[in-house]
Amino acid sequence: MPAVQETVERVKRIDVDQYRYGFETLIESDKAPKGLSEETVKFISEKKNEPAWMLQWRLEAYRRWLTMTEPTWARVDYPKIDFQDLYYYAAPKPKKTITSLDEIDPEILKTYEKLGIPLREVAMLEGVEPKVGEDDPARRKIAVDAVFDSVSVATTFKAELKKAGVIFMPISEAIREHPELVQKYLGSVVPTSDNFYATLNSAVFSDGSFVYVPPGVRCPMELSTYFRINERNTGQFERTLIIADKGSYVSYLEGCTAPQRDENQLHAAVVELVAHDDAEIKYSTVQNWYPGNSEGKGGIYNFVTKRGDCRGNHSKISWTQVETGSAITWKYPSCILRGDNSRGEFYSIAISNGYQQVDSGTKMIHLGKNTSSRIISKGIAAGMSQNTYRGLVTAHRKATGARNFTACDSLLIGDKCGAHTVPYIEAKNSSATFEHEATTSKISEDVLFYCVQRGLSQEEAVGLVVNGFVKDVLQQLPMEFAVEAQKLISISLEGSVG
Amino acid sequence: MNVAVAKTGSGRAVSDLFTSAEGRLPGSPAVIATRRDAFETYERLGLPHRRIEEWKYTDLRALVGELLPLAAAPDAAALASAADAVKAHAVAGARKLVLVDGVFAAGLSDVKALASEVGFKTLQETLEKDAGLLKTAAVDAVISLNAAMASDGVVLSIADGAQLSAPIQIIHVATAASASAFTRSQVAVGKGVRATIIESFVAAGAKAYQVNDAVILSIGDDADVAHIRLLDDAPDAVNITSQFVTVGANTKVNFFNMTSGAAVSRLQGFITLAGEGSDLSINGVNLLQKTEHGDTTLVVDHAVPNCVSREIFRAVIDDRAHSVFQGRIIVRPDAQKTDGKMMTRALLLSDEAEADNKPELEIFADDVSCGHGATAGALDDNLLFYLKARGLPEKQAQALLIQAFVGEAIEQIADDNLREHVIGIAERWLERRS
Repeated sequence: MPAVQETVERVKRIDVDQYRYGFETLIESDKAPKGLSEETVKFISEKKNEPAWMLQWRLEAYRRWLTMTEPTWARVDYPKIDFQDLYYYAAPKPKKTITSLDEIDPEILKTYEKLGIPLREVAMLEGVEPKVGEDDPARRKIAVDAVFDSVSVATTFKAELKKAGVIFMPISEAIREHPELVQKYLGSVVPTSDNFYATLNSAVFSDGSFVYVPPGVRCPMELSTYFRINERNTGQFERTLIIADKGSYVSYLEGCTAPQRDENQLHAAVVELVAHDDAEIKYSTVQNWYPGNSEGKGGIYNFVTKRGDCRGNHSKISWTQVETGSAITWKYPSCILRGDNSRGEFYSIAISNGYQQVDSGTKMIHLGKNTSSRIISKGIAAGMSQNTYRGLVTAHRKATGARNFTACDSLLIGDKCGAHTVPYIEAKNSSATFEHEATTSKISEDVLFYCVQRGLSQEEAVGLVVNGFVKDVLQQLPMEFAVEAQKLISISLEGSVG
Repeated sequence: MNVAVAKTGSGRAVSDLFTSAEGRLPGSPAVIATRRDAFETYERLGLPHRRIEEWKYTDLRALVGELLPLAAAPDAAALASAADAVKAHAVAGARKLVLVDGVFAAGLSDVKALASEVGFKTLQETLEKDAGLLKTAAVDAVISLNAAMASDGVVLSIADGAQLSAPIQIIHVATAASASAFTRSQVAVGKGVRATIIESFVAAGAKAYQVNDAVILSIGDDADVAHIRLLDDAPDAVNITSQFVTVGANTKVNFFNMTSGAAVSRLQGFITLAGEGSDLSINGVNLLQKTEHGDTTLVVDHAVPNCVSREIFRAVIDDRAHSVFQGRIIVRPDAQKTDGKMMTRALLLSDEAEADNKPELEIFADDVSCGHGATAGALDDNLLFYLKARGLPEKQAQALLIQAFVGEAIEQIADDNLREHVIGIAERWLERRS
C-alpha cells in the first residue's frame, strides 16, 4: 500500500510551519489581574461600563460556577486547567477614544490584513464597490466585527446595516444601547447554569457580537466576526447573541486564529441563536485556532457552547462548521426545534492531525410538530489524533411527525489515529421517523489505484478523494468561506491532499 | 466516573439479603470470602442508575428499586410445576438442563443423555474447589452482585472436535413469587466443535420475581457455534443477564436473542474476538408491550485483525413500552482488516412507545470497514393500506408486517427446527397483542 504509506509519512512531517496564522502582534494591552474572583468579574464589568443588572447577572453566574465541577465525559484528554492561572480580560490598550477605523492601532489593522480580513470599508466607500448581486459572489460585501483578545476592535458597514434596521455591534455596546433586547434574550437559549464552561463564560465574557434582525428584513450582507487570541495566558470568552425576528434572514460567519505558543490557551465561548416565526439563521464557522506543534505541545482548548432555538413556527437554523484547528475541540452546536414545522441543520467537517483531539457533534431536540433535522458530519483523522462524533437526536412525545436524517462518515489516514462515533437516538413517539447511518473506513485502495492509473500522482488522488468526501458540507458554506475552508483543509492535511 | 456513592434503600435491602443468604450460598470458606469482596464492590457502587453512562436508559434504581430476597430451594410442588413449564418450552430434540429458582434440578434434566464429549458439573460442585468462576471482570455492579449471590448454574465443557447433533437447552424456571434467583454458568467450547446452545427463561406461575444471570462462554478455534437465548419471563419479572464471550480463530459464531417478556430486562454482552479470521453474527429481537422495558447492550471488541462482525437488531414496541439498544464496536489498534457492521431498527406501534438507540463505533485502526445504521419509525401506512385493501383486518395486516420486520433477524437462525420454535414464540406474542 504505497499510497497510504506515502500519505502517512507526509502527514507525520507536518509541523508548526503549516500554521500560517501563528504570528504574534506586539501591542500594549490592558489586562485584568491574573486569576478569577468576584473582583475579576467586577473589574470586567466596570471596564465595560456595564449597568448594574449585568454585573448582577455575571456575579450570579460566577457564584453558580464555584459550585460546579468540570465535566469529564468527553473523549478528550488534557492536563487539568488551573483557572486561577489565567487572565480573564485582555484588551489592546486604547491610546485614546476611537471614533473611526483610522484611529485603531495600526498594529491590529496589520494583523487583520495579514489574516486577510477586510476591515476597511474604504475601497467600497470610494465608489469602487461592485453592485450587490453581481455574478461574482466572492466580491459581495461583508460586514465584519473583529474581536482582538477580549474586545471588539472594529465593526464595519454599520451605517448601511442601520439603514436596513439591522443591529450589528459588539455585545458590550448592545448591553448599553439596547438593554431591553439583551435582557430579553441573553441566557434564554444557554442559561447561566447550563454547563461548567457556559457558566464560566457568563461570569467573565468580555465581548462578542450582537445581531438583531427586525421582522421581515433580509439582512443585506453577510455578517462576519473574526476572533483572534493574541495575548499570552489569556482565556478568550466571547459571547454571541443573534436574534432573527419574524420572517427575517441572516447569514453569519465566524473565523478564529491564534498565535503559536507553547502553553495551552482556553477559549470558552457561548453562542445563542433565536429564530422567531418564519425566520432563518445560517451560522458558519471556520475554526482554525492554533492546534499545537508536532509534539502536541501548546494549542487552544476550544470548549464552546453553541445552541440555536427555533422558537417560532417555520423557523430554521443551520450550523455549518469546518473545524481544523485547536488542540482540543469540544463543541456541539445544537438546535432546539420548539416551533412547529421548524428545521435544524448541522453540516460539519472536523479534521484532526498531529495530536489534536476533537469531540464534536450536535444535538437536535425535536419538541414541536412536524419538525425536521438533518445532520451531515465528516470526520477526518490523521497523525496521532482522535476524532469523535457525538450527537443526540431526540423527539419528544408531542413532537409528532418529527423527522431526522443523520449521516456521519469518518476517514482514517494512518494507523495511529482513532475515529469514533457516539450517537444517541431517542424516539418517544411513533410518528417520528429517524434514519441514521455511519461509516468508518480508509481511502479505498481500488479508488486510489483507479486515479493513479489515469495519471494522477498518489497525492493528487488522495486530495481528490478527500475533497469528494467533504463536498456535501463545503457546498453549504457561503462562497467566501468555502474558498478559505478548502485552503484550510489542504493545509491541515498537507502532504496528503496537496 | 464521578458518581456520588449513595447508600440507597435498595443497597441496604441487599445488605440484609446477603447476610441472611450467606449461610445458604454454596462454596468453601475461600469462595465465601470472594463473595464477600464482590458484595462489597456492589455495595460501594449500588444499583446502576442513569448517571452511569452504560445504564443511561435503564435506571435500575428507578425501574427496580428494591431487590428481592433469595428464593428458597425448590420443594416438590415447585419442581412439579416447573416440570410442566419445561415441557411447554422445551425445544424438540434438545438435551435439557434445568435450573429451578436458581438451583439445578437433576430430576428434570437430561444429564445422562448428554453426548459423551460433553462434561457436566453444577456451579455448586465447582465452588467446592475454587472460586474461579466467580471472578469475572466486574464491569458493573450487577455483575458483582451476581458473583456474590450466585446459588447455582451449569458448567459445561465440550471436548475438542465434538460434533453435537442435539442442541443443549438450559432452561431457567421461576416458581417462587417475589423472590430472586442468581445463576452463573460456564460453557467452554473446544476446538473444531459444532454445537448449538439454547438458553430459555420461563415462569411457572411465578410473579414479580427477579433473575440475575451470568454466562461465561469461551469458544475455541475452528468451531461453529450457535447460541440462542429466549427470554419469555413473566410480564412483571426482572431479568438482568451478563454474557462474557471470547471467540478463538477461524470460528463461526451465531448469537440470537429474543425478549418477549419481563417488565424490566437487560442483556449485556461483552464479546471479544481474540482469534483471527472469525465470523461473528449477533441478532436480536425485542417484542415489548404494556410498560415493559427491554435493553440490549452489546460490546463487540475486535482485538485481532481479520474478523467480521454483523449485528442485526429489531425492536417492536407497543403501548408504553421502552426499548433500548446500545451497541459498541471497538476496533483495537492492531485489528486491521476488520469488517464490522451493525443495523438497529425500531418499530413504534404506539404514540407512547419509546425507542432509544446508541450505536457506537470506537476505531483505532485505519484499514477497516465499519458502519452502523439506525432507524426508528411507525409501520408504513402504504403497506398497511395495501393489505387492508385486500381484505385483511387492521390487526392482522399489522401482524403480517411485524412478522416481516422481525423476520430479518430471526432468519439468521440456521437450524430450521429452532427457527420455527422462535417464530412460534413471536406469533404467540402477536396474539397476546390483539
